Amino acid sequence: MTSVRDPRDELPDHLPALRAFALSLTRNGAAADDLVQDTIVKAWTNLDKFQAGSNMRAWLFTILRNTFYSLKRRTRREVADPDGIHAGSLFVKPAHDGRLVYKDFTAAFDQLSAEQREVLILVGASGFSYEEAAGMMGVAVGTVKSRANRARARLAKLLGLAEGEDVLADTDGGTLAVMGRSGTQAA
Amino acid sequence: MLEHMTGQDKKSSLKEQIDENLRRVYQDALNEEVPDRLKQLLEQLRAKEAGK
Repeated sequence: MTSVRDPRDELPDHLPALRAFALSLTRNGAAADDLVQDTIVKAWTNLDKFQAGSNMRAWLFTILRNTFYSLKRRTRREVADPDGIHAGSLFVKPAHDGRLVYKDFTAAFDQLSAEQREVLILVGASGFSYEEAAGMMGVAVGTVKSRANRARARLAKLLGLAEGEDVLADTDGGTLAVMGRSGTQAA
Repeated sequence: MLEHMTGQDKKSSLKEQIDENLRRVYQDALNEEVPDRLKQLLEQLRAKEAGK
């Protein structure tokens, strides 16, 4: 039988990923640090609820995103804008030759709603599967897929790379799930 | 080159470009130094627990 590591010893390993995920949600360094701090304290006091041997990163990410959304609901600093429509109206579509310029991409990424950034980072960048993301977000797998497709389509539209919202809507979900898992090394 | 691609090719190329950039956004954030106060917080929590 393999010995299971004390989760307290494992926590520091997840700090960079927690902060990267927090930055994806807040897009602000100071706010991301505060969010990670709250997450660590909550995780520490609830460690008895963590199932040893299960995915600690997924557990921590869940605490972080729940903390973020409950704080957001409480403070109401942002106008409710789940699809980023209002934020996007201030954004100037970049000129390009069909290739994405990173600076333009990050500017467009900032225009998305936190919900859109969350789903894209979870399944598109941090190496979680659609199933894992669904567990973290507390929604059905199909909801994660449609949210991710809508968020990609919105990014494409902001970047002037596609005509409309439905461009990516029928992308094959199976392929996406495989790609999500293949990105594990980035996590 | 883009005009020779089928609709499906364009779609997957677009998705690849988006995901490539998403990974870079995440990787850039991962590469940032974790502030000392977050590392210290873990040490403080551990010290507090040891003192119980």
